[in-house]
Amino acid sequence: MIELSHYLIISGILFSIGVVGVLRRKNLLMLFFATEIMLNAANIAFAATSSYYGDLSGQMFAFFIIAVAASEVAVGLGLLIVLYKKQGTLDLDNLVAMKG
Amino acid sequence: MEQFAFYLFSVLTIGLFLVTVLSNNVLYAMTSLAAGMVIISGFFFILGADFLGVVQLIVYVGAVMALYSFGMMFFDATREIKEKNTNAYLVFFLGGMIALLLVVMFSAPIAGEGIVAMYPTPEGANNPQAVGLVLFTKYLVPFEVAAVMLLVAMIAGIILAGKKMDNSLTTKDENHEEEMTFSLKDVR
Repeated sequence: MIELSHYLIISGILFSIGVVGVLRRKNLLMLFFATEIMLNAANIAFAATSSYYGDLSGQMFAFFIIAVAASEVAVGLGLLIVLYKKQGTLDLDNLVAMKG
Repeated sequence: MEQFAFYLFSVLTIGLFLVTVLSNNVLYAMTSLAAGMVIISGFFFILGADFLGVVQLIVYVGAVMALYSFGMMFFDATREIKEKNTNAYLVFFLGGMIALLLVVMFSAPIAGEGIVAMYPTPEGANNPQAVGLVLFTKYLVPFEVAAVMLLVAMIAGIILAGKKMDNSLTTKDENHEEEMTFSLKDVR
């Protein structure tokens, strides 16, 4: 039997990989990928705690996270397409409109 | 056997997501992300959350990844991404520290006091049945709100990504046409 802490550790590792991706990337599509990684890490933690404590709330929250992620991808990809048509690039450095 | 599967899945997901984060090619990043999500559904099956695993497979690997691949048609996917990277070690250090801080913040109440199940798993029901029982009684209102949110997201996706949405089909011969087209062009 695997302990709960192992699941939480793997979830934390995956989450930090996602945070590193968000901090490191300059391309907006790659930022979206890193966000998906972080959401999946949170899902693993929720499912693990839910099954170890015999409580279904964790799985419910994981379902809602999946729904939020799906709608985020739909809206976000639409915005990215509009941005790409307008600017011709998805690089974050080119989107700095207000240089101080 | 279960432990073997767990450690295999852990190594595979960490490797695949590292490829996603560190690769410069969009196609490599997307395929490794999809593979990692398939393996994450394996974690859910190990944990006995069968329905969640199936939803993960259908929604993430089916819908989200298909959406990304369709979105990829609009972008130039074959080109290598040129990024001006700042100090990599600083980024890794900051990422690790942020994640550690979050883990400590959220695990402190768990370690501090015992957790009692609010909605315990119903007796004699397998996982999809139990999920249905809890979802349609205790979590019915959030479920409906999530449905409305998905509808709003669908409409927003159609509006944003549609090409010839400037000339509206429904308000063709009405006075609102001017305002409608103006506002949509303004958005674009």
